[in-house]
Amino acid sequence: MTRPGTLEQSIGGLGSWMLGLFEQFGRFCMFSVGAISYTPLDLVTRRGWKHLIPQAFAIGTQSVPVIMLTGAFVGMVLVVQGWAQFDNAGLADRLGVIVNISVAAELGPVLAGVMLAGRVGGALTAELGTMNVTEQLLALRSMGCDPIRHLATPRFLACLLLSPILALYADLMGAFGAWIIYSGVYGGESEPYWFYTRQAVEYWDLGTGLVKAFFFGGAIGLVSCYKGFHCKGGAEGVGQACTQAFVISFILILVLDFFLNLVINGLYENLYGYRGLLF
Amino acid sequence: MNVSDPIIELRRVSKAFGRQRVLDDIDLKVERGKSTVIVGRSGTGKSVLLKHIVGLLRPDKGEVYFESRRIDNLSERALAPVRKEISFVFQLNALFDSMSVAENVAFPMVEQSSNRVNKRKISRLASHCLELVGMAGFENKRPAELSGGEKKRVALARAIAIEPAPKVILYDEPTAGLDPQRADVINKLIRHLQHKVNVTGIVVTHDMKTATEVGDRLLMLWNGRFIADGTPEDVMRAKEDHVRRFVDGNAEPEDLKSLSA
Repeated sequence: MTRPGTLEQSIGGLGSWMLGLFEQFGRFCMFSVGAISYTPLDLVTRRGWKHLIPQAFAIGTQSVPVIMLTGAFVGMVLVVQGWAQFDNAGLADRLGVIVNISVAAELGPVLAGVMLAGRVGGALTAELGTMNVTEQLLALRSMGCDPIRHLATPRFLACLLLSPILALYADLMGAFGAWIIYSGVYGGESEPYWFYTRQAVEYWDLGTGLVKAFFFGGAIGLVSCYKGFHCKGGAEGVGQACTQAFVISFILILVLDFFLNLVINGLYENLYGYRGLLF
Repeated sequence: MNVSDPIIELRRVSKAFGRQRVLDDIDLKVERGKSTVIVGRSGTGKSVLLKHIVGLLRPDKGEVYFESRRIDNLSERALAPVRKEISFVFQLNALFDSMSVAENVAFPMVEQSSNRVNKRKISRLASHCLELVGMAGFENKRPAELSGGEKKRVALARAIAIEPAPKVILYDEPTAGLDPQRADVINKLIRHLQHKVNVTGIVVTHDMKTATEVGDRLLMLWNGRFIADGTPEDVMRAKEDHVRRFVDGNAEPEDLKSLSA
């Protein structure tokens, strides 16, 4: 038998890598279905809420300060970036339109999601990963408990339900931060600023932002729990899983954002037609 | 089912991880109410064998029976009732860091009670179990505040804190990492629990003192197969080379090759 050449080896390596990728994806899907399947039951039982509330506190309440700070600075930076252009065009009082729509529909949910992936996703993966390498997940199974139901579902649910609320905080602080810089630093007039903002920003923008945040939260919860459940190799493995969980969550947020925008924009145009923002 | 039937039986069980064959056509019958000890070098598949008994690992080939019922082909859900009758003391103790000692011990009872949980009864039983292992008064401590020996004792308390009491307790390296005196306490506790709660014990260890002290029967695993089986006294007197070297604590010649090179 002849030995495989470099080309064959490369193709073989690529094939094996692809197979590994499909296998991982299959495992992730099975894990996700498992975690999601328990959510209806956990939402209506006392036992489900008993597990959910501590997670909601850790994931939601404790994230509020950092999310508010992120939102405020996003709004402030947008005004700093946009002021000169809008002011020169004589449209300074319309700056709030662009800033607030950007924050409510796009930057608020995305940056809140990224912040959540870093703060909460990393912590979830580290916690579950440590439980995994110290045999605590096996201990749960050996006692007849499903670790997915016991550990992953409450964390997934907390991410899913609290992400839109956190995005709302980011939106409010973004609008507030933008107005502070607009009026306080650049001396813009508040009345026309809010008048045009009220005219242009619709519940649709706010609502679609929150829908996006809902999907981002779900993705962060599932990816972080999956990575924690499947890490190997002690402290180093847990560290790698945390990094991977953040990177994958971040990419997923961007990919989901793109596709959700396609759907949302298509839906809007079908329902209401073209919307002009400045004129 | 007859009382004289083995409580656990493994029939021609094989398991490999990648190219490494860990269990090779293993047969094992575990007698009810007795303490069976499996010894062998680190990494010879002792813990893998234990995990097959409670369905945490599935054999590549062969069958596993609990009370004459085949369990290796059951789903996770169908295995749950079986797992309520078999407790597992893990090598790393596997205490839940986020819970107090009392909550850890009460956890199996809380999770396994089908009706509304009677908190007072569970708390009383958890305290009783902690008392049995000499850990009364530690209820409110966290696992991180305990020493290795104390964690092991809490893990033992958790293993027996099931109502009705478990039929089998699996011990994975119960004395690993403990000083000789603490290890002696654990050995005596295992014996004490066996008499007090009347459970079948399967102990996996590489510590010969533990093996001889707690075992009614002693088996040695070598390259995926049992190469010794008998009472602890029989195995201690065995002539087979690998058994002899293991019992005497002497290295295998091939392990020393790198030193002489």
